[in-house]
Amino acid sequence: MTHVVVLAGGLSPERDVSLRSGRRIAEALREVGVSVTECDVDAQLIGTLRDIRPDVVVPMLHGTTGEDGAVRHVLAALGLPFIGATASACERSFDKSVAASLIGQTGLATPRSITLPQGAFGELGASAVLDAAVDFIGLPLVVKPNKGGSALGVTVVREADALPAAMVGAFAYADVVILQQFIAGTELALSVLDDGHIRVLPPVEIQAPNGIYDYHARYVAGTTEFFVPARLAESTVQRAMNVATTVHATLGLRDWSRTDVIVDTDGEPWFLEVNVAPGMTETSLFPQSLAAADLDVGAVTADLISRALAR
Amino acid sequence: MTGSRLDPWVDAYAARTHGLAVSEIRALFSVASRPEVVSLAGGMPFVQALSTDVMVATAERVLRERGTQALQYGSGQGDVHLREQIARVMAEVAITAHPDDIVVTTGSQMALDLVTRTFCDPGDVVLVEAPSYVGALGVFASYQCDVVHVAMDDDGLIPEALSETIARLAGRRIKMLYTIPNFHNPAGVTLSAQRRLDVLRIAQDAGILVLEDDPYGLLGFDGPPPRAMRAEDSDGVVYLGSFSKTIAAGLRVGWAVAPHGVREKLVLASEAAVLCPSNYAQLTVSEYLATQPWREQIKAFAHLYEERRDALLDSLQAMMPTGTRWTIPAGGFYSWLTLPDELDATAMLPRAISSLVAYVPGTGFFADGQGRSNLRLSYCYPEPDRIVEGVRRLSAVVESELALAERFGTSGASAQPLGSAVPGPDVQ
Repeated sequence: MTHVVVLAGGLSPERDVSLRSGRRIAEALREVGVSVTECDVDAQLIGTLRDIRPDVVVPMLHGTTGEDGAVRHVLAALGLPFIGATASACERSFDKSVAASLIGQTGLATPRSITLPQGAFGELGASAVLDAAVDFIGLPLVVKPNKGGSALGVTVVREADALPAAMVGAFAYADVVILQQFIAGTELALSVLDDGHIRVLPPVEIQAPNGIYDYHARYVAGTTEFFVPARLAESTVQRAMNVATTVHATLGLRDWSRTDVIVDTDGEPWFLEVNVAPGMTETSLFPQSLAAADLDVGAVTADLISRALAR
Repeated sequence: MTGSRLDPWVDAYAARTHGLAVSEIRALFSVASRPEVVSLAGGMPFVQALSTDVMVATAERVLRERGTQALQYGSGQGDVHLREQIARVMAEVAITAHPDDIVVTTGSQMALDLVTRTFCDPGDVVLVEAPSYVGALGVFASYQCDVVHVAMDDDGLIPEALSETIARLAGRRIKMLYTIPNFHNPAGVTLSAQRRLDVLRIAQDAGILVLEDDPYGLLGFDGPPPRAMRAEDSDGVVYLGSFSKTIAAGLRVGWAVAPHGVREKLVLASEAAVLCPSNYAQLTVSEYLATQPWREQIKAFAHLYEERRDALLDSLQAMMPTGTRWTIPAGGFYSWLTLPDELDATAMLPRAISSLVAYVPGTGFFADGQGRSNLRLSYCYPEPDRIVEGVRRLSAVVESELALAERFGTSGASAQPLGSAVPGPDVQ
C-alpha cells in the first residue's frame, strides 16, 4: 500500500488554514484506501521523514516556507517525491511581483503595480514614494504582502490618506509589499488539474460582501456567495480559463494550481495571482471546482500521487 | 440566480449568534501553541505544579469508594458535602456562606451564564470595567445585553466614573455591575478596600446587582487574600468562585454564592441547562479538599506565579522602549500593557507571531472598540527564562513597529476584526 505524508501547519500566519486543508486531504485519501501520516513542519520534520520514508509527500502548507519552495527544496534533497510544483516553480509563483511580470510578458493583462521593500522607504522618504506610487497606479489601489495568502494584510485603499496605515498593516506580514491597481469586476477562481494535459475545472465566481474577499469572507461559511458555473458569457469564461492554462504552463507548474482572475466590465480577464498549494478547506475554491466537475478530492489526489511516484 | 454560500443554515441562525465567527486574529493564535513561540497570550494555569500521583490517587479513591455516586446524576445545586467544603473556602475571603447559599457549576463561567440568563433581557445594560474579561463579554453578547464600560485605574474601578455612568444611563435598565476586584483579568490591578465600599454603596443606591467574579483571589503574592465584596453585602452581591486556578481547570468546577431568591433561580436555570454539574468532577474536588493540604498547594501556586510575574516585570523594565507602560499585578496571571505612541496592538500581532512571541490584543477585552494600544501579557504558563526571552522578542517587535509608524506617520490599519479576536481557552 502506498504510504503518504501530508504536510500541514508550519509557523506561517496561515497555519490554521493549512491544518484544515491538510486534515481534509488526509481524510479524503484514507477514504480511497491510501495510508496517510499527517506531519507538522518543525525542527523534527527531516528526522521524521527519514524515519517514515513515505512513498510520496503531499505538501498542504500555505504561506512562506510552504509555498515559496523552501520545503520542496528539502524534499527534493531528501529524494522524496511530492505532488505539486517544483521548488523553483514555487519561487517564481509565490512572489507576486515576479509572477505578474512573467505573466505580463505573455501579453495577458496584469494590474499596474509597484513592489516596495521596507528599506526603500527609509532611503527615498515614505511620503514621496507613496505619492509617486499613487500617481503611477491611481486610486483605488490594493496593498498586499508580496508573498502570502488568505488575503492576510491586504487592504483596498480608496483615499490616499489611508495608504500609510495600509502599508504598515501589510508590512506586519511581510518585508516586501506590492501596491496594485484595483480592477473592478467579477472575481473568478480557476482550478487547474495537470496529468500531463492541462485541464481547467469549472470556474468559481466569487461574490464577497462589499466585493472584498477578505479572510472573514473566505473562511466563515455563509459569508460569501459562490456561483458555479460563473454568471458570465461563455466566451468570457473561456478567455479566463485560457489565462489559467497560460499561467500554469508559463510558470512551469505541475499537478495542480489555482489562478485568481478578475474579469473587468469589458470582459477582459486580469491575472491577479496563482496558488501552488490551493486551499482545501470546507470553504475553499478548489474543492468546489472539483465537485462541479464530478471529481472526488481523494481520487484526484491519489491520481496525482501515482503520477509523482512514476516521475 | 442563486449561488452557494456553503452553509444551508446561514439564514436560520439566531440573532444572538451574529458575530460568532473566526477572525484572522484568532487564526494567528494557532501558531502560538507551537513550542518555538513564547506565548504570553493564553491564560492556562500551570497544572504541571500539581502532583500527578496525588491526582491519580484522588480520582482512584473516588471511583473505588464512591463510584456509583460519581458516575450517576447528582443534585442540580451540587453535592452537599462539596458545598460545605466550599463554605469553608469562602471563609478565606471573609465570606460567611451557608452551604444552601452555594450553587456548584461547570466552572464559574457557567455560573456567569446562569446569572446573566436569570437577570438579563435583550437590551438590558450590564456595566463592566474597562477593560473586562473576554469570557464575560461573550456571555453578555450572547444574551444581547448592552455592555457599557466604566473606567478603572491602578486601584481598580473608579467609583466616580461608576456614578457618572449610572447617571448618564438614566432611563435605561441597568441590571448588573460585573467586576473582577482581585488581580483583574486582563488589567492586573486590584480594587482598593475603600473603593470596594464605595462601589457597593453606589450599586445599592442605584438598585444594581453586583456580580463579583473572583477566580484569582487566593493567588495573591503579598499578605492575606483581599476581603470579598460579598463579605460586606450578602443581599446585593452574587459571588463567583472557581477551582480552576487553585486546583485544576480541567475539572471544571466552580460555584456561585447568591442571595436566597437568586439561588433558587440559578438552580432551576442550571437544571434546564445541564441537569447537574459533573458528579465525578465534584467528588474529585471534594476528595482532594478533604485529603490534601490545599492551602499549602495554593501557596505553592502563588509562589510559582510570583516568580513568573517578577520575570515579566523585570524584563519589561529592562527591555521595553520608552513610553511603554504596564500594570504591576499583586497576584493572578496578567499584566496590561499600553504601547507607546498609540501603536496598534492588533495590527502589530502578525509581526509578533513571525517573531515567535504571542500576546492578546487589547480590543478583545472591550465591547466598544477601545483598547487598540493595549495588550494583555500572561505570565502564568511559560517558565521564567522563556518569559524573559518572550519580552526580548516583544520589545524588538515594538521597536520596529515604532520605526515603521514614524516612517509612515501612522500606526497600522487593522480593521476591527469581524468575529472573535481572542484565543480559545486551550491556547497556552
